[in-house]
Amino acid sequence: MSYCLFCHVSYTDTWSWASLLGLSSAPLLCQPCERKLTLIQGDICRICGRSFSLFPEEYRQGDCCYDCIRWEEDEEWKGVLQQNRSLYVYNDFLKEVIAKIKYRGDAELIKAFYPVAHTNMKSISQNAVIVPIPLSNERQYERGFNQAELFALSMNRNVNLLLNRKTHEEKQSKKTRNERMEKKNNPFVVEEPSKVNGKRIVLVDDVYTTGTTLRYAAKVLIEAKAKNVSSITLAR
Amino acid sequence: MRFVSFLLNNRLTIAPERFMKDPDLKPVPFSELPEIEPQPLNSAYKFDEKLKQLLFGKMLLLDEIPFSLEEIHEHYENGYLGYIAGIMKTKYGWKCNRCGNEKDRLFASFSCFRCKNEKCVYCRNCIMMGRVSMCTPLLSWTGPKVKWDSENELVWQGELSAGQQVASDRFVESVGKRGELLIWAVCGAGKTEVLFKGIEKALKMGLRVCIATPRTDVVLELTPRLKAVFPNTVIACYYGGSEEREIPAQLVITTTHQLYRFKHAFNVMVVDEVDAFPYSYDQTLQHAVSCAVQHEHLFIYLSATPSRKMKKAVKQGQLSCVKIPIRFHGFPLPEPKMVWSGEWKKRLERRKLPPAFVAWIKEQAASRRRAMIFVSSVSIIEKVTTIIQKHVDVSVDFVHAEDPLRKQKVEQFRQGEIQLLVTTTILERGVTVPFLDVAVLGADHEVFTESALVQMAGRAGRSKDDHIGQVLFFHYGKSLSMLSAIHHIREMNKEAKL
Repeated sequence: MSYCLFCHVSYTDTWSWASLLGLSSAPLLCQPCERKLTLIQGDICRICGRSFSLFPEEYRQGDCCYDCIRWEEDEEWKGVLQQNRSLYVYNDFLKEVIAKIKYRGDAELIKAFYPVAHTNMKSISQNAVIVPIPLSNERQYERGFNQAELFALSMNRNVNLLLNRKTHEEKQSKKTRNERMEKKNNPFVVEEPSKVNGKRIVLVDDVYTTGTTLRYAAKVLIEAKAKNVSSITLAR
Repeated sequence: MRFVSFLLNNRLTIAPERFMKDPDLKPVPFSELPEIEPQPLNSAYKFDEKLKQLLFGKMLLLDEIPFSLEEIHEHYENGYLGYIAGIMKTKYGWKCNRCGNEKDRLFASFSCFRCKNEKCVYCRNCIMMGRVSMCTPLLSWTGPKVKWDSENELVWQGELSAGQQVASDRFVESVGKRGELLIWAVCGAGKTEVLFKGIEKALKMGLRVCIATPRTDVVLELTPRLKAVFPNTVIACYYGGSEEREIPAQLVITTTHQLYRFKHAFNVMVVDEVDAFPYSYDQTLQHAVSCAVQHEHLFIYLSATPSRKMKKAVKQGQLSCVKIPIRFHGFPLPEPKMVWSGEWKKRLERRKLPPAFVAWIKEQAASRRRAMIFVSSVSIIEKVTTIIQKHVDVSVDFVHAEDPLRKQKVEQFRQGEIQLLVTTTILERGVTVPFLDVAVLGADHEVFTESALVQMAGRAGRSKDDHIGQVLFFHYGKSLSMLSAIHHIREMNKEAKL
């Protein structure tokens, strides 16, 4: 008997050979809550990892989505972020879950996704330097924790806090895409460039919305001579 | 946040870490401080009136108070404000001082950036109201009390039925004393009007009154009604997302959950639907209610279907009780009829409905009367709806607790745009629609308890112009709950005739 980390209802775990052998895993949620999540599978954008089945065909060109093509056409941003992979579609339910974690401060709830992140992201996170997207000091004090850092712990106990966020900007979620892209000063700084040099870096964040935050972080890492930078997020 | 403790004038005093630069004082998370006494009240201090209004009778987190830490702490130093630990260590584990939660599985810890503690324990039970953790103190007002205005005339022309009058008198009589009173009123008895006179008396005596109900819908419905009849009284309503929080109102209408934020605030506490989920089920809500009242208090419980425990207490004379066995319009409650309908579960698997039910639904559609059809679970709700749609030509829809269109559909049903509404137990309480019949498909299912069935039956015949609604229990074998529900309704009707 377990208790759903989101709605606190008791439930019995489903049993299967695959889960016993560690080939598949489920979030630590009751079945009704789990059913409200949509795992990203099948045909996805080569770069940002979004599911093609969820948006109009005209925004797709080959194996890329239109947003990523726009990024790649820009000389400044070309190839900065090698690829992003996300676990779940950022639907209403996941929005509610993430809001509970971030804005209500329920740190424990992120652990619901540990098993799935661990199994599904193994191939990407292995032998890479895991770097969570940091919060500014003010924001981290307000929350008491950094959700990206907690999420990163699911993939590797050895999380490297190599980035620092300088300014206390307005919350990303309150801005439009253009406002986000226009941001002139990159808020991120590399703390220990020696640990980045020549390494394969995997950034970890909670949500990939426009990809701006991750690209800003990737940019300073590339400038510090990282071999390449990709990213993992919980939601897309 | 971290605090330091030190002796000042022979009294143990605390201060937030950043106010004391003394390197000898070791900052610790709030819960690790030694027990502190309140500071003596400095009557010469000019306290902030706004802070008093916000904090009086409450227990809030620092994040909920729009004042600087300097201002807040100054009020503490002068004895106008008290700090209490949010999380307390107990013999067996932890206790949340806001919601009273002591269940181990509802506590978790995280590496806290505020108090630098690797395992800062916090309460997950009341997390939706902001995090209470080992390093967050709860703040309350310890200065002078808020004085209430004595202008509290009741402006109401309506008349009470004989049954309502008796209950109203009992309530009025109890005001000013301490104790408990159960008002056991049948569905449709008109509970709100019964409260008017008693509330008026309490307000005039300068007492603070609270009406707590489990559901937001009820808060939203009650508030304008009470504001209309008490035009001179400061009234505030509290529910998740409400904005009237900074007014120190003498009359408060709130969801039971919001009571977590109050402390020693009320003299008269009216608990609506005491038997209903989640109040009856969640001990922390009961804790919240008992913390929200002052030492001298009166509890008024409202219910149409009191729990067995309450009925027993009444019988043994431990709980005083007044019954309103008759509806405000003076007509008896419709008695449910039981209709045997075979193995409804198996039929449903074959996408069919019992013949008796189909016959009724056709009749109902032809009669142009509205009907609520209760089913046992959300999982079959769509199936039942589609099968009904095949049989009849009228508008049929379904609604359940998590339906995003819930409000809209209920409104459409009220307007008559939907004639037949298939639903789960969410609509068992509070919904009043005239010209309505009720059917329970699979009434023998275990989710339908006695009180649920009584409540569902109570939806029918609520208006004066249509007091004979039909109530049908379609079943495959009578259950004990069905029989007790019918017995319950008969007893009430019998009592009404006396």
